[in-house]
Amino acid sequence: MSGNTRAAYLLPYYLWIVLFVVAPVVLVFYYSLFDVDGHFTFSNYAQFLTPVYLSMTLSSFWFAFLITVFSLLVAYPAAYLLTRTKHKQLWLLLIILPTWINLLLKTYAFIGIFGTYGPVNAVLGMVGLGGQQILFTSSSFVFVSVYIFVPFMILPIFNALEGLNPSLLDAARDLGASKWTAFRRVVFPLTLSGVRSGCMAVFIPALSLFMITRLIAGNRVITLGTAIEQHFLVTQDWGMGSTVAVFLILAMGIIMVVTSGTKRRVRHGK
Amino acid sequence: MANKNRFGNMYLVIVFLVLYAPILYLMYYSFNSGGTMHKFEGFTLQYYKEVFADTRLIIIVINTLVIALLSSALATIIGIMGALAIHQMQNRRVKNTLLSLNNVLIVNPDVIIGASFLILFTMAGIKLGFYSVLLSHIAFSVPIAVIMILPRLQEMSPSLVDAARDLGASRLDVLTKVILPFIKPGIYAGFFMALTYSLDDFAVTFFVTGSGYSTLSVEIYSRARQGVSLSINALSTLIFLFTVLLVVGYYFIMRKANRNGKKEPAAEMGVPR
Repeated sequence: MSGNTRAAYLLPYYLWIVLFVVAPVVLVFYYSLFDVDGHFTFSNYAQFLTPVYLSMTLSSFWFAFLITVFSLLVAYPAAYLLTRTKHKQLWLLLIILPTWINLLLKTYAFIGIFGTYGPVNAVLGMVGLGGQQILFTSSSFVFVSVYIFVPFMILPIFNALEGLNPSLLDAARDLGASKWTAFRRVVFPLTLSGVRSGCMAVFIPALSLFMITRLIAGNRVITLGTAIEQHFLVTQDWGMGSTVAVFLILAMGIIMVVTSGTKRRVRHGK
Repeated sequence: MANKNRFGNMYLVIVFLVLYAPILYLMYYSFNSGGTMHKFEGFTLQYYKEVFADTRLIIIVINTLVIALLSSALATIIGIMGALAIHQMQNRRVKNTLLSLNNVLIVNPDVIIGASFLILFTMAGIKLGFYSVLLSHIAFSVPIAVIMILPRLQEMSPSLVDAARDLGASRLDVLTKVILPFIKPGIYAGFFMALTYSLDDFAVTFFVTGSGYSTLSVEIYSRARQGVSLSINALSTLIFLFTVLLVVGYYFIMRKANRNGKKEPAAEMGVPR
């Protein structure tokens, strides 16, 4: 009896899983097997394995890697310093607040800031470097992406640092470790889980960005996300778009398995 | 030591400055009579008037709010069911599978969600527009609601439910009088997170809007591609103020909910996208 009532009121949730989690992924795999004219074929996969697509995949990963590394470099010290402030919850809230503002608006702001007559160029002019083309370069793309993702990196690291037992640090200091050694040997290893989830929260979306590339990089950077958007909405070649999506899903799956594997090991080690 | 502290504070100040600079920059130039995002010529409210006179834009804002409120309400309801389903699951393996399936849409890149939903709606014969956008916003908000509600459910002592059952409460009574009140903070948190995700979403909506229907992000994207227009700045200033109100409201609700709990509100606010 209880099984039946349970099934009845939980039905919408299971329906959601089937319709919006399982079905879309299956459909993407299915569509990747058809060409533009609707013929069953493996040509999309053959095409993906040509240098054009492989180098695009490589550069997509490279940019995602750069964005993740720079975000980490900015976020770790910031998170560390945040845990030392008074009213740290308030400061953390202020770090998170910008993430609640529409992504598009923040990206749009950089069109003005990096523009030919924007403040960055004005400063460069004053220093004597003269006007530079900042917008529509890959470095402005990386900068804006890091700007967007930094809070998502700060948050898990902050939480990991907060969860750290302070007596461990005292112990390290008592045993004669310098501040730097204590950080390197105690604090950093123990907050690796936060670093890892921060990197995940940055790396995967960074692989699939497409609006920032369009608005800031002016099509100079082509990521897997841009390629998917292009195939689906511009050239209407859903088969090829799905094939790119399949590779992105596979890449993500691998990343997830690798990271969850290490997590499990850590848990067992405890 | 003091020196080091000063250095650290300076670093934080710089981080905050950079984080807020673009937002303040947008707001500042929304008052520029010069019509550009450089060279401030004079103060004007012209662009705010433009925003309020632009019926198309106002309809889009209303669309966005309707979608956000409806989708997060429905997603929260489904999310409650999902959290209950996962919580009640006895078999560990099935439970973990269910949890992984739940999280697929959180870790999946927006582009893939958008593209796969586009295929789904086209195959199902759903016309792109209001319903496709609503359905996809519900779809990607459900796992967020589940994630926010589940921890509350797990904190709940099972003896509470047993006691209610012993005292003669029916299944429905247990749900409405014991479980739901207990997980209320989680429900609010899930609703607010879903709301902000829906308001913020661009990539998924961009794929499933079709031609006649638009939400704010999609509209801003197409306007921004045409170049700078200060009515976007005026609009963003208004949105910023609205967002701050929303966050403050959320903050106080969470603080009230957590007054007895150990967790601080901000620590729960960020679910990585």
